[in-house]
Amino acid sequence: MQTALQFGPILVHLDRLLLGLVKTIQLAALSILFGTAIGLLGAVGRSFGPRWLAWPIATYVELIRNTPLLIQLYFVFFSLPLFGFKLSSNTAAIVALSIHLGAYATEILRAGIQSIPAGQIEAAKSLGLGRYRIIRHVVLVPAARAVYPSLSAQFILQIMGTSIVGAIAAEELTAIANNLVMQTFRSFEVFIIIALIYFVLVQAASLSFAGIGKLMFRWKV
Amino acid sequence: MSLRDFGPNELMFLLLATRWTILLALIAFAGGGLLGLLVAALRVAPARPLRWLAAGYIQFFMGTPILIQLFMAYYGSSFLGYRPDPWAAAALTFCLNGAAFFGEIFRGAIEAIPRGQWEAATALGFRFTGTLRLVILPQAVRLMLPPTVGFMVQIVKTTSVASLIGLTELARAATQVNTVTFQPVMVFGTVSLIYFALCWPLSLYAGHLERRFAFGSARKVEKPLAMSAA
Repeated sequence: MQTALQFGPILVHLDRLLLGLVKTIQLAALSILFGTAIGLLGAVGRSFGPRWLAWPIATYVELIRNTPLLIQLYFVFFSLPLFGFKLSSNTAAIVALSIHLGAYATEILRAGIQSIPAGQIEAAKSLGLGRYRIIRHVVLVPAARAVYPSLSAQFILQIMGTSIVGAIAAEELTAIANNLVMQTFRSFEVFIIIALIYFVLVQAASLSFAGIGKLMFRWKV
Repeated sequence: MSLRDFGPNELMFLLLATRWTILLALIAFAGGGLLGLLVAALRVAPARPLRWLAAGYIQFFMGTPILIQLFMAYYGSSFLGYRPDPWAAAALTFCLNGAAFFGEIFRGAIEAIPRGQWEAATALGFRFTGTLRLVILPQAVRLMLPPTVGFMVQIVKTTSVASLIGLTELARAATQVNTVTFQPVMVFGTVSLIYFALCWPLSLYAGHLERRFAFGSARKVEKPLAMSAA
């Protein structure tokens, strides 16, 4: 039994912890970018697209939201090579994370679109605005503004979700933590430090998302 | 090059592993629910330090990945001189983690009950715990029900993460079957369907409750933003 916590042997590997943090931020940022794009397409497709498009999108959303991210990760990582897509662990992780977030973003943005009163769209039509401009300026921007808090909460969950991609040997903070456990044998101390890093990252991210929201949606109601 | 094909035996193996997923989910639901009630009560307690304590607890468990919490419980037990056990670590982590999320759900429902109810109970001589137990909670239950069922879906899905500390449940059984058959589409497709069969009815029921309780309640409880990744 260890009698005292010893952080020294871990802190000499600070450079690797920082590398892991950078990789985690990369995974999160790219998958948030792609996932939100998927969500935007899904929500617009479901609300304004042709009727036959509605049920494939609904199926995608329900399938993803009712199965674990870990299984989606395994599915992408092990199955895609069979179809000729050879992906590195980190690419597979970004693909799976993006598909995962895409389903949640679709649902959140669709709720935002539904919250726009029909009268607002009718008013835009009677002013002679075209379909594209109505969808973009009259529907999407106010919708995004209405659901921005839910969306950024989902982004935070996405950041924490990246912690499990070590399961397919992708490189990020948690995977590096597990390497450090084997090197230093200070397992508990490693994860205290890692928990602290994630905590700071999550707090910084929520502050940033709040700031970005203020900048993007500045106007008064 | 595969050692075995995915057949009835492999399917049975996966279905049998599913009971551990269900068991862990039930432990998390029961333990997390009970502890969550305590967290919610502390979160709205009259004494400020108690509120801070509960807020800090929630911040920690909602602000770090559950996988890290699992590793902390697993390695922490060996640090304290116990033999690390995946089941003990997972049960503890899922109860504590669930308590934070349930605490937030319950708090939302409690705070949606008009202030006047508290004041009336105080005027009638009820103390804090009496008011909460006899006046507020019975009214708040219908508000907390839909998000609670919704969070159960989260719990079922999140139990898969426990496979990463070596607990043999559905997700770990899936990787084991995949290693011997190497038919990932079949294996993970089947496992996805099993998880889907567990989660979808709960999702539908949560949606049903939400629509049903949308009538007749002046205030709407905010849905927990915890639609969890992982």
